[in-house]
Amino acid sequence: MAFLVSHPDEVKIVSQRFGLGAISIDRYLELNGYKAIQKTLAMEPDTIINEIKNSGLRGRGGAGFNTGLKWSFVPKQAPKPKYVLCNGDESEPGTCKDRLIFEHDPHAVIEGAMIAAFAVGAHTAYIYIRGEYRYLSLIMQKALADAYARGFLGKNIFGSGYDLDIYWHGGAGAYEVGEESALMESLEGKRGIPRIRPPFPAVVGLWGGPTVINNAETLASIPHIILGGADWYASLGPPKNGGTRLFCLSGHLERPGVYELPMGYNLKKMIFEVGGGIPGSRKLKAVVPGGSSTPCLTADEIDVPMDFDSLMKRGSMLGSGGVIALDESTCIVQFALRTMKFYQHESCGWCIPCREGTDWLKKTLARFHAGGGIRKDIDNMLYLSENMLGRTFCPLGDAAAMPTIAFVKKFRSEFEAHLEARGCPFEKAGVVEQLPVLA
Amino acid sequence: MKFSPQFEQRFEEMVSHYPTRRSVLVPTLLYAQDETGYLSDEVIRELAERLELTELEVRNVISYYSMLTTRPRGKYHVQVCTNIACLLRGGEEIFEHCRQTLGIGGGETTSDGLFSLAEVECIGACSWAPAVQVNYDFHENLTREEMDKILGHYKKKGTQ
Repeated sequence: MAFLVSHPDEVKIVSQRFGLGAISIDRYLELNGYKAIQKTLAMEPDTIINEIKNSGLRGRGGAGFNTGLKWSFVPKQAPKPKYVLCNGDESEPGTCKDRLIFEHDPHAVIEGAMIAAFAVGAHTAYIYIRGEYRYLSLIMQKALADAYARGFLGKNIFGSGYDLDIYWHGGAGAYEVGEESALMESLEGKRGIPRIRPPFPAVVGLWGGPTVINNAETLASIPHIILGGADWYASLGPPKNGGTRLFCLSGHLERPGVYELPMGYNLKKMIFEVGGGIPGSRKLKAVVPGGSSTPCLTADEIDVPMDFDSLMKRGSMLGSGGVIALDESTCIVQFALRTMKFYQHESCGWCIPCREGTDWLKKTLARFHAGGGIRKDIDNMLYLSENMLGRTFCPLGDAAAMPTIAFVKKFRSEFEAHLEARGCPFEKAGVVEQLPVLA
Repeated sequence: MKFSPQFEQRFEEMVSHYPTRRSVLVPTLLYAQDETGYLSDEVIRELAERLELTELEVRNVISYYSMLTTRPRGKYHVQVCTNIACLLRGGEEIFEHCRQTLGIGGGETTSDGLFSLAEVECIGACSWAPAVQVNYDFHENLTREEMDKILGHYKKKGTQ
């Protein structure tokens, strides 16, 4: 059971039913549930797609692609069945928002998937939930069974003549499966190895049929857009970055938690006001703004609006909304090493630059942190990382390389200090992590 | 090979959800493991047969997913997250504390078969770090004292 927090600056849209018992279908119905799908069923599919396009909703999984545009790529006529696939394989380090959606508002995901399916003309949808989230799978299975029992799913839903089945699907532990093509492989009962693109899933996806793949938060946003209107949703954020976002604040903060804030909310404010700032009298060193794969920002760089385009301009990414604060006691080399250890562990091994690159980077960082580094290693790490970029089937290679480049470039002096100290200067100075005192 | 009636019912239902039988493989492996503790040769053979796959195809899938195992684990599988968000809030110290308390390393099982320990990647509890999963149960915002209580709770539960 995850803990809920709140802050006056929050704009609660996706999270508006959190803590209100909307896990029960009756409660969900009381709270405007399944109204959007009924409205949608009376609309033309193209009108729905345009509405979502105009809302400025961009994929909440990390890539930030315009959702309506993604839907529009699905061909009207297809020789094979079309599918909608909800990506609930949340596993980007720093990200814990889909968990709250599944825990508190599972019907919103179902309703969003229904709208997506109707808009693209699919009759089957799957909701994929990572294996570790067993309790959430149980919640989702119950929610689906309740929706079927009410006749909201199955044949002729809401008397529209439209048939739709939605099923739960479970993973068994793999970060890579959060990548859309690997997700499809996993759902087809295989190792989660990425597929080459093009063709994109919207054209050739699950079992060769056109497939729309959306993150759980993206789908949970859809019913609100249908009810509130594209203009209203778009107006919540800066141009082309519509709506709000669940930001997962973690790391060295007084009040970590998941907060729903408008797109474009200032990062500095997010850290110091929403997140309550850094515990004790320590200073902020860096922020990882959108999950482990996004390049870090130094403390001087955080006066930035949190939207896809603004962060891109600063050389980072909004990613999956995982905001991790690092205070001055953090050893960047150790942090970079732990990040790389993760990518090395999760690399599926299909593409050589990723499989070998992550392994060599992990080894180099481990040696460096332990005091065995040589000066040449610093540039070598940059060279290795830069040669991984764009050379793999899926973005896991980039996800490992991008943060490493930022750590080395922005904190080069810390790497050099490891050479001079023949080991970790933080450990030698006795600045070790202390467990926070929790109330 | 006998699974519970609940497993059989779920299996039959799931198979009907997909155009290919193979699609049920990943969640089914996890459900099978929940019942048998680990994926033995016998389980692998049985599922391969049911899904019209070779045993090698099934093993290939098992080796990819971190939650699946072909070797027995403890009754309570203690999975400590040490990934970045937990690292910043003492995840490694929690892992070290578990190692000392249980007297085993990562990937090992206590001699009474009660506990096994693993260092795991992000479990989606970043805002409530440090976090541990024991089997499927999340334990968050941990301190060493809190961890002692949790281990004590499972020890009591497991020896009753």
